[in-house]
Amino acid sequence: MKLTKDKVRLGQDKVKHVAKLANLPLSSEEEEKYPEQLSKILEYVEQLNKVDTSNVEPTFNVSGQSNVVRVDKVGECLNQEEALSNAPKKENARLQTPERSDGGQGFFVTKGVFAE
Amino acid sequence: MQKSKLQIKNQNLTELTLTETLRALEEKQFSLEELNKNYLERIEKYNPQLNAYLHINQDNKKIPAAIKDVISTRGVPTTASSKVLQGYIPPYDSTVINRLLENGISIIGKTNCDEFAMGGSGENSAYGPTKNPWDINKVSGGSSSGSAVAVAADLCVFALGSDTGGSVRQPASFTGIVGLKPSYGRVSRYGLIAMASSLDQIGPMTKSVEDAALVLDWISGEDGYDSNCINSKFQITNNKLQQGVKGLTIGMPKEYFGVGLDPKVEKVIKDAIKKLEELGGETIEISLPHSQYALAAYYVIVPSEVSSNMARYDGIRFGKDRESIGQEVKRRIMLGTYSLSSGYWEDYYAKAAKVRALIKQDFEKAFANVDIIVGPVSPTVAWNLGEKMDDPLTMYLSDIYTISANLAGIPGLSVPCGSSDGLPVGLQILGKQWDEETILRVGYAYEQVTGWHNKKPKLDL
Amino acid sequence: MNKYQPVIGLEVHVELNTKSKMFCRCSADYFGKEPNTHTCPVCLGLPGALPYINQQAIDDCIKIGLALNCQIAEKSLFERKNYFYPDLPKGYQISQYRWPLCTNGKLMIDDGKIIRINRVHQEEDTGKLTHTKDGTLIDFNRSGVPLVEIVTEPDFTNVEEVREYAKKLQQLFRYLDVSNADMERGDMRLEANVSVKRQAAEGPLLRHEASEPRQRRGESELPNYRVELKNINSFRFMVAAIEHEIKRQITEIEAGKKLTQETRGWNEDKKCTYLQRSKEEAHDYRYFPEPDLPELILNPKKIQQIKSSLPELPWDKAKRYQNEFGIKKADAKILSESKEVAEFFEEAVEHGKKHQVAPQDIANYIVNQKPDITSVLPTQAVEEIKGKKVGVIEDLKELEKLAKKSMEENQKALEDYKKGKTEAIQVLIGGVMKISSGKADSRKVKEVLEKLLKSK
Repeated sequence: MKLTKDKVRLGQDKVKHVAKLANLPLSSEEEEKYPEQLSKILEYVEQLNKVDTSNVEPTFNVSGQSNVVRVDKVGECLNQEEALSNAPKKENARLQTPERSDGGQGFFVTKGVFAE
Repeated sequence: MQKSKLQIKNQNLTELTLTETLRALEEKQFSLEELNKNYLERIEKYNPQLNAYLHINQDNKKIPAAIKDVISTRGVPTTASSKVLQGYIPPYDSTVINRLLENGISIIGKTNCDEFAMGGSGENSAYGPTKNPWDINKVSGGSSSGSAVAVAADLCVFALGSDTGGSVRQPASFTGIVGLKPSYGRVSRYGLIAMASSLDQIGPMTKSVEDAALVLDWISGEDGYDSNCINSKFQITNNKLQQGVKGLTIGMPKEYFGVGLDPKVEKVIKDAIKKLEELGGETIEISLPHSQYALAAYYVIVPSEVSSNMARYDGIRFGKDRESIGQEVKRRIMLGTYSLSSGYWEDYYAKAAKVRALIKQDFEKAFANVDIIVGPVSPTVAWNLGEKMDDPLTMYLSDIYTISANLAGIPGLSVPCGSSDGLPVGLQILGKQWDEETILRVGYAYEQVTGWHNKKPKLDL
Repeated sequence: MNKYQPVIGLEVHVELNTKSKMFCRCSADYFGKEPNTHTCPVCLGLPGALPYINQQAIDDCIKIGLALNCQIAEKSLFERKNYFYPDLPKGYQISQYRWPLCTNGKLMIDDGKIIRINRVHQEEDTGKLTHTKDGTLIDFNRSGVPLVEIVTEPDFTNVEEVREYAKKLQQLFRYLDVSNADMERGDMRLEANVSVKRQAAEGPLLRHEASEPRQRRGESELPNYRVELKNINSFRFMVAAIEHEIKRQITEIEAGKKLTQETRGWNEDKKCTYLQRSKEEAHDYRYFPEPDLPELILNPKKIQQIKSSLPELPWDKAKRYQNEFGIKKADAKILSESKEVAEFFEEAVEHGKKHQVAPQDIANYIVNQKPDITSVLPTQAVEEIKGKKVGVIEDLKELEKLAKKSMEENQKALEDYKKGKTEAIQVLIGGVMKISSGKADSRKVKEVLEKLLKSK
């Protein structure tokens, strides 16, 4: 069943915007498919609005715990080799990421100044 | 109490439960070497078609357990069934793995699952679906598909799975084994690759309820690496496990027997409940009025947490870049990113968290009058492979009876209770928070008189 | 007369000096260490790793909050701040947003002006990036080091106030012993929000204000934009950036341009700020409560305990020196600048009481002579001041005579010195001071003694 236009929560522009926020590359096929698929799910979850929660405190955590802290003591770390063992690219014991300043899907939407 | 020697003459030793295996080893009826040889032979024979294992340790030495591939194992590939983690070898062990190793268990293999545990059929794995040993054309359930099938097909002594919305209980139900989702915080999640952090919990998948109790005993307890993990360890004596059902009040939520429940499954479940009554339990109808909103709350909370948990997969410190993330995972990242984005907090995450509070309260109110709650694990038995792949919402709806327990943080057990159309059906037993003891006790009493858990699929592959 | 008034708010980040990191057991002492040698699954953001709160960091954050007169929350939660950057291994920073530990504080600067503190909250530091030709290199040693953020209301109107406030915070961190607060090492970092508004009600309307009703342009109203100055890792550069930014904004307004929300950085070569991110590109952090960390419930008794453990703060000390000892305001400020000098001063005052040396004389001595307080004892300082007042013995021959006498009287110290215990010279200096009734110049006495001892 196709959603009527007013029920589309996420239009294609919004899908692209959200994908950018999520740093998620989408294929054109996905960009095509997601507005409908995701809007359907959003429409479903919006039935939450039927529940009166005006006097309800939200529950974020069900462990029933509070104030779980540890003493400030140094423990075992990974050694350098272990820390780097899964990194696809590295140089001088540092992990490497290719810089992408295209403002697109990459990390570097903006370049900061990191004066030493 | 004097025990007679375990009779295993006419039984293949891979059919033994964990408890029986431990006893047979103690009685030196066979060696660990023989045990592993038998299991590895079976794996070699059946795994190619069942696709339960992604990684097999041919050199296993101790009692063989199968571990869902979302649980980190030092030096052993851990992919979460995703292409994005292809080649990733964790430099550390999960807390549960350390606990198993301390108890003489070792890992015979890492099991297939839905990618990052997102799914309810096992089909979302980047490495192909796991097949149901009861019918090779059916899904195995998910997301702990490989763990369930490894236990059901006797490819391990027991397995660990993880359950965020039913991922231990539902595949256990679909494959005719025992699956336990402990209370949230009972078992350390350290090393468990997070899906939805406020709901995820590791649980045993076993050949008997007694085994589930034993494994929970091993893996539970305080851990200085998971802040949500409570410091009281689960321990149960045989006496307590064997106390029976007599005197217990059993709640049947009317919302769990409504539209959508397959009538044939309903009959199997009702028969099982009748059996519990025969065993001395008293059943009463109860209501969990907000359970109709559980799925909606779940599909706000889960994608939101997923979108954040999946942010670390950037191909810098490990794994591949984000292009290799699969479909269902992408969908959830998109949904979660949207619902957490600026201006939507009150409408989505905060709203869902309030509904979550009401769902939790429903259970608290119900448990004021009953000791356990029973119902189906899933509205249907295992469906055909590929049947629901293009309709995520319909797929989500099959989790309708299991997700509430995760939202409320309470324990849930799936126990084999019969079959419909030749496929296994599981009875779900829910308990109060931290009260795994009572649900295990009921499950144990049930399987002792019915023996459904001893039924094995015919593997004429 | 200046027509425009700057409106400045500050965000200060301070790295705590705890032994271990905020959420894991790795050593937080990362500075200058081999890259990626202080990491673990938690601070590397490996799949499956979970955070665990460092108690000391929470206590330190509360200490800072209390010292800044904040209210401490009854319930506090950590949240995830989601954004992508290669120095952020998890793709989110564990920080605080809706439920910070401390809120609503204040700090008075010298002219009596009160800077309101919006919040003091706890978070974690990121890894360190090095940009090279081929890409960006990452060292995660700093990842997860505890960081406290202190956010003010936009209460500053000039750079001097900013400088003073920052200096006061630095003093505070050192007094509380929660951080080394070394700006050069990046222990303490500043971000500023800068905008300008028109000073007085009269005068021509600004172009973008022309359409707005007059009564809405009162003194209390804030400009409808603000420019964030970020990623500026030196205090000196930050001050320069703020100064430049004020000028730039005034020029823009004068030219009739409308200013908008944006983030700017500092180009040290060109000495100017430059656009980093416009409003359209602004981050959307998608905060939500960190599910891996249960809430903190702060019991008033425990807060009281921390409060009573706080040392006397520098500005309280300065006030007390003025009230109790009649020290001049400017001197009191200098004396209380560091804990070490304040301790030296207070000990000297105590000793001075016995020798009729007035606190202000001691203050003068410390402020003017700037003695090396690591080698001079407060008692020696008092002796010296006392000696000076009557007539100091500076004559070398006279001092030599006194020194020889002291050596005769203190044979044991002499033997010790010969055996290599050089600190025994203090006994000999003490002897000279005693014989000369404190009139000998202690520094010269030391020189003379050393010469004599060497020639032996």
